[in-house]
Amino acid sequence: MNQRIDVRGLSCPLPVVTVRNKLLEIEEGILEVLIDTGTSKDNIVRMVTNMGWKIEVKEEGEEYLLTISK
Amino acid sequence: MLKEFFSSRKNIIFTGIFIGVSAAFLQKLGNPSNMGICVACMERDIAGALGLHRAEVVQYIRPEIIGFVLGSLIAALIFKEFKARSGSNPLIRFVLGFFAMIGALVFLGCPWRTLLRLAGGDWNALFGLAGLVVGIWIGIFFIKSGYNLGRNQRTNPIVGWVMPVVMVGLFLLLIFRPQLPSGAIFFSSKGPGAQHAPIFIALIIALAIGFLAQRTRFCTVAAIRDVILIKDTYLFTGVISLLLAAFVSNLFFRQFHPGFQGQPIAHSYQLWNFGGMVLAGLAFTLAGGCPGRQLFLSGEGDADAAIFVLGMIVGAGFAHNFSTASSPQGPGLWGPASVIVGLIICLVIGFSMRDLGKKMVEVKR
Repeated sequence: MNQRIDVRGLSCPLPVVTVRNKLLEIEEGILEVLIDTGTSKDNIVRMVTNMGWKIEVKEEGEEYLLTISK
Repeated sequence: MLKEFFSSRKNIIFTGIFIGVSAAFLQKLGNPSNMGICVACMERDIAGALGLHRAEVVQYIRPEIIGFVLGSLIAALIFKEFKARSGSNPLIRFVLGFFAMIGALVFLGCPWRTLLRLAGGDWNALFGLAGLVVGIWIGIFFIKSGYNLGRNQRTNPIVGWVMPVVMVGLFLLLIFRPQLPSGAIFFSSKGPGAQHAPIFIALIIALAIGFLAQRTRFCTVAAIRDVILIKDTYLFTGVISLLLAAFVSNLFFRQFHPGFQGQPIAHSYQLWNFGGMVLAGLAFTLAGGCPGRQLFLSGEGDADAAIFVLGMIVGAGFAHNFSTASSPQGPGLWGPASVIVGLIICLVIGFSMRDLGKKMVEVKR
């Protein structure tokens, strides 16, 4: 089952830190992330790529659904 | 496609270079020494112009602040990132803004001016920079411990327009300069407040900086924070670019004067240069970004960031009215005490806001 976390409305750097901690915890698999700002999206995409995970970004209205996998 | 273009690393380098060159250029055009851009000092000058303090040498409505907010607004509207949001502990953010300014005015500069002072050869700023790093490091400790100011909420777009409209109002006051019986509006006739670049050149440069910074997410505090916290050097690259560009530009404009003594709008009481910036760095980190970043967020509809900015402006008024701000002669009478009180309050905030933790982001399915 995919895990999903919701970091909408959180200030920098909590979205990116939360995703990082979760990825370090699960080590592999699929993690879905709900976010609502372009800044967080950019930060997470950069960090996740640096960590060696794949990421897909889907715009859903004014929010984003990130699917991170390894 | 264009969004990806702007978020790539070369753009953060370009943004850093643009800010560094612009700051040196604005100084050449009339802004105070090593203060081509200083978010804290410029907000302090605005507080003075409005009569929130009566330090006669630091009163002017700085168009750079106006341009930062409106430039970010323009970028956010074009790229559909303008989102009105509020409600993430605004009062705590006000307090953090207040004490960030208290700390910055003990050192005499925000993180931006710390870099610009270094680029101008003011080695006292090394102690400010060290304090900034320590303050950010303490903030990171809290973030790692679960510190969280809670979620903001989407709200009516009008809320996001408040800060841009305030900036337009300030611009009208700058242009028309109404003279009221109270003496307002206050503009310095001598001192740093009387030194400024031509209004429209400063405004246009600041609009460009606001636009670029909104797109690239430029932030001087996150630059250091991200290196320590998540080993990400993206923003740090921009800050180094700013520092080097300002240094080279200062050499070009003959504005580089290395040394400790006699530096412009600075003092050599290193303990308080350090301590002031520990406080500022901690407050900025607990609020999520540097003072410039708070302005850019204000421009894209973040009312919590706007509250932080208002806290800084009120803090500036307090700092000069209650003698906590430094002068070139040294710390103000209550400067050291204000730093200690500010640190205690920020630590209390840091320790007490750790309860929200991880649980709030888990989604049960």
